[in-house]
Amino acid sequence: MKSRRTFIAKTAGMTLAISIQPAVLFAQIPNDSLEVLVRAYVGDATMREARVKLDVAPLVDNGNSVPVEITVDSPMTANDHVIGIALFNEKNPQHNVAEFTLSPRAGRARVTTRIRLSSTQKLVAVAKMNDGRCFTHTVEVLVTLAACIEE
Amino acid sequence: MARALITLPVHIKRGDTIEIRALIAHPMETGYRRSNEGAMLSRNLIRNFDCQFESSGKAAETFFSANLHAAIAANPYLAFSFIAAENGTLIFKWLGDEGFNQTERRTLKIA
Repeated sequence: MKSRRTFIAKTAGMTLAISIQPAVLFAQIPNDSLEVLVRAYVGDATMREARVKLDVAPLVDNGNSVPVEITVDSPMTANDHVIGIALFNEKNPQHNVAEFTLSPRAGRARVTTRIRLSSTQKLVAVAKMNDGRCFTHTVEVLVTLAACIEE
Repeated sequence: MARALITLPVHIKRGDTIEIRALIAHPMETGYRRSNEGAMLSRNLIRNFDCQFESSGKAAETFFSANLHAAIAANPYLAFSFIAAENGTLIFKWLGDEGFNQTERRTLKIA
């Protein structure tokens, strides 16, 4: 009876160890879930849905080149400025789109680029301030012709 | 050398926040596509962009940089801002896979 109990206790511990291990391994692979990547970028800071504006057409007819503009409401002074802006997507094979680093010399926290979208999905923009605060904005985009289609 | 297109405003006043637009010819091959023969096309991306300002007697200072991933469209286009406080040189650097490395310079002249 005693040995059976210890056996169960030990095997339970082992299965727990085995089930935890893959999760730890996957966390290091860059192709992770959206939430994990956003969390890795933000760190311990709390995110608020404010200040950041992710400007993208709500209906995209060609996913191969989608103009996006990210604007952060910030005075960009030495004491109060945006140090980084990151853009993530939900359903592309890789969830990272780009990370930008800014300095007060930039004068204005605004970045424009063109991205690829594989399907109808949401986009998340995150801004990191010099005092550690983080702001975010999420936008849903409808894509009619997806990128990543064989040409 | 890939073709790079850099646009600055024509007339710049001292202290203006100007918009800089930089575009470079590059396929940004994602590594997720196949060729017509079915072979996987190997990943070929620009990974990093960096913009510096250098004025006489001072070390070049990076004021904008970007890490790019596969979701950036072909011929990466970036527009960002800069406070034009003095005359100098803007240095644009792109780094990528397969040894891609390009540097462009533009003179910033305040009217």
